[in-house]
Amino acid sequence: MSILVFIDHNEGKVKKASLEAVVYGAAMNAGDVVGIALGEIADDALATLGAYGASKVIVDKAAHFNHFDSRAYAKAIAAAAEQTGADVVIFAHDSSGKSLAGRVSVRLKAGLVSGATQLPNTDGSFTIRKSAFSGKAFADYTINTDKKVISVNPNSFPAKEGEGSAAVEAFDSGVGADAVSITVDSVSRMTDTVPLPEAELVVSAGRGLKGPENWGMIEELAIELGATTACSRPVSDDGWRPHHEHVGQTGITVSPNLYIAIGISGAIQHLAGVSSSKVIVVINNDPEAPFFKAADYGIVGDAFQVVPKLIDAVKTFKAS
Amino acid sequence: MKLLVCVCKTPDTTAKITFTDNNTTFDANGITFIMNPTDEWYALVRAIELKEQHGGSVTVINVGLNDSDQIIRKALAIGADDAVRINKAPTDAYDVAAQIAEYAKDKGFDIVFTGKETIDYNGFNVGAMLSELLDLPFVSLANKLDVNDGKATISRDIEGGIENLSVATPLVVSAQKGMAEQRIPNMRGIMAARRKPLQVVEPAAIEPLTTITNYELPPERSDIKYVDAENPAELIRLLHEEAKVI
Ligand SMILES: Cc1cc2nc3c(=O)[nH]c(=O)nc-3n(C[C@H](O)[C@H](O)[C@H](O)COP(=O)(O)OP(=O)(O)OC[C@H]3O[C@@H](n4cnc5c(N)ncnc54)[C@H](O)[C@@H]3O)c2cc1C
Ligand SMILES: Nc1ncnc2c1ncn2[C@@H]1O[C@H](COP(=O)(O)O)[C@@H](O)[C@H]1O
Repeated sequence: MSILVFIDHNEGKVKKASLEAVVYGAAMNAGDVVGIALGEIADDALATLGAYGASKVIVDKAAHFNHFDSRAYAKAIAAAAEQTGADVVIFAHDSSGKSLAGRVSVRLKAGLVSGATQLPNTDGSFTIRKSAFSGKAFADYTINTDKKVISVNPNSFPAKEGEGSAAVEAFDSGVGADAVSITVDSVSRMTDTVPLPEAELVVSAGRGLKGPENWGMIEELAIELGATTACSRPVSDDGWRPHHEHVGQTGITVSPNLYIAIGISGAIQHLAGVSSSKVIVVINNDPEAPFFKAADYGIVGDAFQVVPKLIDAVKTFKAS
Repeated sequence: MKLLVCVCKTPDTTAKITFTDNNTTFDANGITFIMNPTDEWYALVRAIELKEQHGGSVTVINVGLNDSDQIIRKALAIGADDAVRINKAPTDAYDVAAQIAEYAKDKGFDIVFTGKETIDYNGFNVGAMLSELLDLPFVSLANKLDVNDGKATISRDIEGGIENLSVATPLVVSAQKGMAEQRIPNMRGIMAARRKPLQVVEPAAIEPLTTITNYELPPERSDIKYVDAENPAELIRLLHEEAKVI
């Protein structure tokens, strides 16, 4: 069997979620793991994928792949799958994977499971577990086709670095500039924090904070911990915080190692987006707040008293 | 402009999820169904706004049985012009995409909208599959969209930022927060919706590529440990030594 993993990169570096996808492919233990990268990137950056389990990376560096176009990319990845004889194609379940996995699945007539949280179970059938009902349940999907496409939920498979270096080979996908129809006019990225969907530590706050002017301490706590900030839906609806911080059933679903919820009541729609976090801490002045029922650690207290003390405690911890 | 919006029903956001038949079937007993939020709040409303701005028509399409008619009528009440229901309980995302592609392929739609994901199966799949079946450009996770002279200008979410792009129509777009504001249907809309056409189409023969064989509820969290509000240092100690997350 052979496994092809789509390698997404940004500013010369392979994205963390793609490293996790390689780790997932290697952990399947089902054959060679080959990466496919598109656009300009240094061979050295791709060779490091060997340390995560790839034996080889093929790359089509044509300049028309420097910007993302799902149609052109899907054609190139499907061509790579045919050329390498891949039985399984793996993506990260991130903004590019969410645009590509479905397209490649159709091109290869391969069943797709998106947002996988576990390795496939291959005794008898090929079945993969994913989160469903916005974190309220798991669903096991059996793929009925010979070829398979999987996208892996970020933070489900830690990108542990091992030893080794992957061979990097040029690949001609046969997909020319005429296949590109999207013009990317500009990209703006916050460069100082880990993006929320990839974050391992999240500090989130809700309406209990009373107003946007009080977010200073939330940001400070996040900076001290190296965490990313998030918020509840009313907080982003009221414009206290940007839309992309809204977590929950109708916002972003996160599964960090640590989710700290401050002044958030724990409505079912909020819990849906955060319940797969590994550890949940709740800080709320109402001992009856429903969030405590879903938490591992709790502090009953006024956020305006507790958070500054918590910041000091983190500083002391870091200094020790 | 000819616009198509894919809408589906999902359990109400407060629904408690349970399963029957030995955990192989979602238990719809006592569940209220709503229109999938991103389909309703963003995809549908933005399509209606574009029609109001440029003229044309908004068609909503659903793959489902007649228990979808309620959300289809709601979409018409919000302002869609007509509706198509492909008469089949869908088997997987590919089935949905293939049924819609079969209907849409020769109708000349300028933009096909989907929501970014359904809040029940959380696939993010239908839009991407549909665009490949129709061989059209696909922009996922769009939070802004304008169209002028056959050119769409779109902003989409990427990890930790935003990508601004342009692309000629026709195309497929998946919509999310930011693209529009929710509209509540008014009495006139609700009355008008009763007279708007809802065409029921028989499905094409499509083999699903995947099957759900089992559901499971997540394990309950073990008991919560409380830390004194005066002593957050203890919390940090626990997170480091016991939970090992910092
Ligand atoms: C269709 C639909 C979809 C939805 N989707 C989402 C979603 O995706 N995400 C989401 O978050 N919500 C969602 N909601 C909204 C959800 O139902 C709740 O209304 C929302 O999560 C509440 O936000 P909150 O906890 O910040 O505010 P509140 O419910 O007002 O809670 C504030 C909390 O802060 C505590 N507090 C007050 N003062 C202090 C203090 N000084 N110190 C410490 N604690 C304090 C209070 O005890 C309370 O528990 C949705 C609702 C609907 C109807
Ligand atoms: N049964 C259906 N009928 C029509 N459109 C659907 C159906 N299921 C999903 N969709 C559309 O596809 C989007 C993504 O769905 P999913 O891939 O299941 O997350 C939804 O937001 C809808 O716009």
